[in-house]
Amino acid sequence: MSATPVLALRGVSKRFGAVQALTDVELEVHAGEVVALVGDNGAGKSTLVKTIAGVHPVDDGVIEWEGKAVSIVRPQDAQHLGVATVYQDLALCDNLDVVGNLFLGRELLRFGSLDEVSMEKRSRELLNTLSIRIPSVRIPIASLSGGQRQVVAIARALIGEPKVVILDEPTAALGVEQTAQVLDLVERLRERGLGVILISHNMADVMAVADTVHVLRLGKNNGSFAVKETTNEQIIAAITGASDNAVTRRQARNAEAAK
Amino acid sequence: MSSDKSTIDTSKPGGGTPAEEVPPATVAAIDPRLLVREQGFKGYITEFQRKLKGGELGSLPVIVGLIIIWTIFQVKDSLFLSSSNMVNISFFLSGTGMIAAGLVFVLLLGEIDLSVASVSGLSSALFAIFATTHGINPWLAALMTLAIGAGIGAVHGFFFAKIGVPAFVVTLAGNLGWNGLMLWLLGSTGSLSIADTGPLHILGQRSFFMNQSIAGAYVLATVGVAALLLGSLVDQTRRRRANVPYRPTSEIVLRTVALAVVAYVAAFVLNKSSGVPNALVIFLVALVICDFVLRRTTFGRKVFAVGGSIEAARRAGISVAAVRISVFAIAGFFSSLGGLFLAAQTYTATLQAGQGNLLMLAIAAAVIGGTSLFGGRGNVWSALLGMLVIQSIQTGLDLLNMNQSIQYMITGAVLLAAVVIDSVARRTQKASGRA
Repeated sequence: MSATPVLALRGVSKRFGAVQALTDVELEVHAGEVVALVGDNGAGKSTLVKTIAGVHPVDDGVIEWEGKAVSIVRPQDAQHLGVATVYQDLALCDNLDVVGNLFLGRELLRFGSLDEVSMEKRSRELLNTLSIRIPSVRIPIASLSGGQRQVVAIARALIGEPKVVILDEPTAALGVEQTAQVLDLVERLRERGLGVILISHNMADVMAVADTVHVLRLGKNNGSFAVKETTNEQIIAAITGASDNAVTRRQARNAEAAK
Repeated sequence: MSSDKSTIDTSKPGGGTPAEEVPPATVAAIDPRLLVREQGFKGYITEFQRKLKGGELGSLPVIVGLIIIWTIFQVKDSLFLSSSNMVNISFFLSGTGMIAAGLVFVLLLGEIDLSVASVSGLSSALFAIFATTHGINPWLAALMTLAIGAGIGAVHGFFFAKIGVPAFVVTLAGNLGWNGLMLWLLGSTGSLSIADTGPLHILGQRSFFMNQSIAGAYVLATVGVAALLLGSLVDQTRRRRANVPYRPTSEIVLRTVALAVVAYVAAFVLNKSSGVPNALVIFLVALVICDFVLRRTTFGRKVFAVGGSIEAARRAGISVAAVRISVFAIAGFFSSLGGLFLAAQTYTATLQAGQGNLLMLAIAAAVIGGTSLFGGRGNVWSALLGMLVIQSIQTGLDLLNMNQSIQYMITGAVLLAAVVIDSVARRTQKASGRA
């Protein structure tokens, strides 16, 4: 793990009208590190991801890329830096085939026109190395099942040789075997030296592959844990705020008073 | 929480084996339930049947419709399939077809442009004013007109993409506004005649490919067939080398023969009177270019992507606004070009230009030809196929001395039928998981 994080968020805030979605959020992702981002619904996970991906520019705070402050205001900015995002709602074009979707926005060209042959070849190679099974790379996305779409969406993120991959609930819609495949895939990304941000509600998935767990609660950082030294209960307490209530505060006060 | 722990173990296959040691998947690992296309000619047939059942009709309804229409008119009037009438149809379909080609781009986005007819009328007036009133070189005048047409389209696109006004409303305003501008420009003179020279001569009724030479039509047919054959073979070779699936030779031969039959029969029929009108040649060349742009360039891919899913396109780094503005500019350009075609039919810019049912015919042509109103599906050849249907109906009814009122009703019914087929096909596609 290198000293300088590939991607770092320093005091990032984001507001939508009356809603303060993110408040002074800090996050660091190193190369070859899987960072899990967990939190309840509405905790700001998706918003945080979208600020990194350039869908929503940040209102306050700094995004650092390899130690330098950068401005990400458009999805293209994030793409050029080397951030690839797989969204929960996948965002694939139903009418385009698998190859068209994999290379959308970064098509291979030959004499100025689309190089369908090379794209098809690379698609097949990529899908094969990821053990992804689909009927044909020339089939429209509309014909694929939910699990197949998910793996196509993840494969799509890897086409551009990114340095950081963001996976938003990658296993939410998947069966047992596909989930295992996606987790394998996440580990393979780590071995390739990529930084991975994994958003998940599934503690089993998080504990299985993540190195670090960042907890968001109500748009704020609520603890960061190294997975090896943490139990499920600690993380869940941080997510739900179970450790932050009248009882615990009273205990803390009593403990201080006892000193 | 112990249950969670046990899940971890099962969800990590190989119990902590590094992923590198997982053997790479063999290419043969294919899910047995998947529909895999069989190799060879038989596979082509079964694939075709499956597509039909799944509601992917493509150009089939329009070809069937065309055969029915031609049979009916031929039975009613034996002059219908005569050479001179076919030359007529092929000449008169080009102008509206040009407008429809531009509309295909807009329809692929899932939007509509209601201003195309007015823009085409305005363009004929502008050209007449440039060339006749001010005596500008007709080629330069045509270029200026086309540039203005594209500019008008870009303005529509700007209001739609940047301001967020629905395209339907922007272009409806344009429909009225540009028509008003045309009336205002022609107001003092009423109508302007245009000299039969330069670009308008080429687009006119007296201009044929290679000066009515018998060879002309066959040269065109040969070029078309040879281009398809060569393109398919080169593609097949490249794919074979890259080890990806390729079209079987039998399929290539079948396609080439089919095109050859259509092209040479058309050439033979047109040659019996005067050959191929240059207007049609220009229309076909424009369609080839548009088809290339849509299927083989990044811009075309972006158009389809925006038509398929705006959000997916945006996240893929595509500037949706830029695509929208340029697509509306293209529609404006082709409306303008179509306006020149239509002006060349009579060598005048009239107050009636771009009025009546021109807009409906252009939209109908694109939709009848198989371009979906719902966006993301279609191709520019639908402009040609759709116009063949519409122009055949119009010319046929003219031959039978039918009133215009009947023409409107029949064209309206054909448009409705086309949209019904589009909607039903889309529902079938959804039901069979293909939309």
